[in-house]
Amino acid sequence: MEFYTLTVLLLAATIRLATPLCLAAFGGLFSERAGVVALGLEGMMLGGAFAAAAASAVTGSAWIGLGAGVAAASFLALILAFACVTQRGNQVVAAMAVNIMVAGLAPTLALAWFDLGGQTPQLANPAQRFTELIWPGAAAARSVPLPGLLYAELVSGHSLIVYGAALLVPLVGWILYRTRFGLRLRAVGENPQAVDTAGISVVRLRYSAVLLSGVLCGIAGTYLSISASAGFVRDMTAGKGYLALAALIFGKWRPLPTLGACLLFAFTDALAARLQGVALPGVGVIPVQFILALPYILTVLLLGGFVGRSLPPKAIGQPYEKEK
Amino acid sequence: MSAPAAGRDRRWLEAILLPVINLVAALLISGLIVRLIGESPWAALKLLVAGAFGNQEAIGYTLFYATNFIFTGLAVAVAYHAGLFNIGAEGQAYIGGLGVGLICLVGGTWPFWIVLPAAIVAGAGFGAAWAFIPAWLQARRGSHIVITTIMFNFIASALMTWLLVNVLIKPGQQSPESREFAASAQLPTLAELLGHIGIKVTASPANLALLLALIAAGGVWVLLWRTRWGYALRVTGESPAVARYAGISPARVTIAIMLLSGALAGGLGLNELMGAQHRIDLDFPAGAGFVGIAVALMGRNHPAGICLAALLFGALSQGGSELSFDMPHVTRDMVVVIQGLVILFCGALENVFRKPLQRLWRKGP
Repeated sequence: MEFYTLTVLLLAATIRLATPLCLAAFGGLFSERAGVVALGLEGMMLGGAFAAAAASAVTGSAWIGLGAGVAAASFLALILAFACVTQRGNQVVAAMAVNIMVAGLAPTLALAWFDLGGQTPQLANPAQRFTELIWPGAAAARSVPLPGLLYAELVSGHSLIVYGAALLVPLVGWILYRTRFGLRLRAVGENPQAVDTAGISVVRLRYSAVLLSGVLCGIAGTYLSISASAGFVRDMTAGKGYLALAALIFGKWRPLPTLGACLLFAFTDALAARLQGVALPGVGVIPVQFILALPYILTVLLLGGFVGRSLPPKAIGQPYEKEK
Repeated sequence: MSAPAAGRDRRWLEAILLPVINLVAALLISGLIVRLIGESPWAALKLLVAGAFGNQEAIGYTLFYATNFIFTGLAVAVAYHAGLFNIGAEGQAYIGGLGVGLICLVGGTWPFWIVLPAAIVAGAGFGAAWAFIPAWLQARRGSHIVITTIMFNFIASALMTWLLVNVLIKPGQQSPESREFAASAQLPTLAELLGHIGIKVTASPANLALLLALIAAGGVWVLLWRTRWGYALRVTGESPAVARYAGISPARVTIAIMLLSGALAGGLGLNELMGAQHRIDLDFPAGAGFVGIAVALMGRNHPAGICLAALLFGALSQGGSELSFDMPHVTRDMVVVIQGLVILFCGALENVFRKPLQRLWRKGP
């Protein structure tokens, strides 16, 4: 019984931790499947997190915060798209530039506007945040042993963004594989010449893909700063954008496996928090740092072809030069 | 006009004019941001320059930071010449520094002339070893080096946290730091060195590692432009297909150049730990591996350009910390913004100014 409760709580934590990863990874999915490297997820997410917390602190509305988060991340996405698509610059360099710039800009603006040492004010009012939604009967269900706890912890008790992210998974799969836009998007990441020959604009497709990744990263950042916590702090994303990219690669650039990778990485994260200092029978204390590094180690092993094979979209990272 | 002369003009444009224009563009946008947060950009610039070069101690600090950036800038640049983008200089510097630190801790009773070469070898060796796995994976298994080196930054960080918290920590201490190195395992400062030849300067953390960094820069220049191997390397970077046709193995070049890249990044430990901190502490590279990207791009991947760009970023780091005393809203975070903008303009948006300039050039007299 003790074990069952622990497992359910661990899974509930996994869902919460997987939400920002999943949003960012699916954003990256659009971008990479269109042939634009998604290294900028980290910066766009951080920018979104800051803008959401700042706007929510000033206006008092979580929804305006969400709008600001999405707008800021989309603006960064436009910078990326301009550098990568219009200027045909080095995509890795452009993404690193955005990531580094935002890492400096967010605390600078926070300090100038709020004078709290690079943070935004604590969001005390519930209207400023996306708080947990308690489903009807959740409190009563808790007393029912097995399914009751499952309902109270796993189904109920998450923020709106978590449920939104859950709906997003099938939606992104449908867009990518069942719509004309999705087909063209995947084609432009494999063979842009063919797409161009068919009279479809490579530039417009890639801009929309990068912009979509910006929107999703904005939501992911918003979740971090005004749903999972109550304000923005310096370096809030702490590598989650890179982890999302790892999940995308681990998921072989396909929606369902990517979701699986996000859940796996989030689970290791939740487990690391639980296992801190706990001695396991026969193994002893597993260092938390090892568990935290596990997603990165797994991704490296996968990329090396030791755990299955993962092939990227063919035209990834290559700027498209129209024939003259 | 003869063709070679036109070529020389072009080189002048590429090597000096473009980097300067890109830097000015980055600084202009940074100025706008400073304006936006309600400070005067002009006053900030004056304070920054004074903070970086105003007195001997300030210059010493600027040179100290620049030393780190020369090492990481060279690390990024040599890989770039072989067509590889090494984002892992941060992790390689971290692990390389571990090598330096271990020698300094173990070799407390050794004389300085043994500790120094041992620390150089260990720093380079550990850094190279950390770069080897991504290099091997890229060369032999085709996995992308950008992704694997990022992953290795995180793995390095986890490994070092574990080592410092559980193994290297000084007994009876809370903060995760090693014990202090013995006096014979510390690099002499520039002030001490200059004192020997009768020049008196104010003490600062700038140390012997600056000279080592300059020697490394010279070595990289000789290697890249004056040896067969350097030629093979640059050919591989331009076109792996041509290299293969010429009998060069791109896989071998990839591994060799990443070893060199990691070894150069490892040099940071000499300056930061052996030269200044005199102990191993958490996150001592403090982002210098990423500054290396900006330095390499700004310096056009040439050792001379890298030294100049490293000096610029050293000045920004030092001046930026001084600046926050007078303008509490403009901190070193602002320097990180400038760094990002420099990478953007020198790296990703380099064609924005190049194309119009080239057009102007052709039209001109």
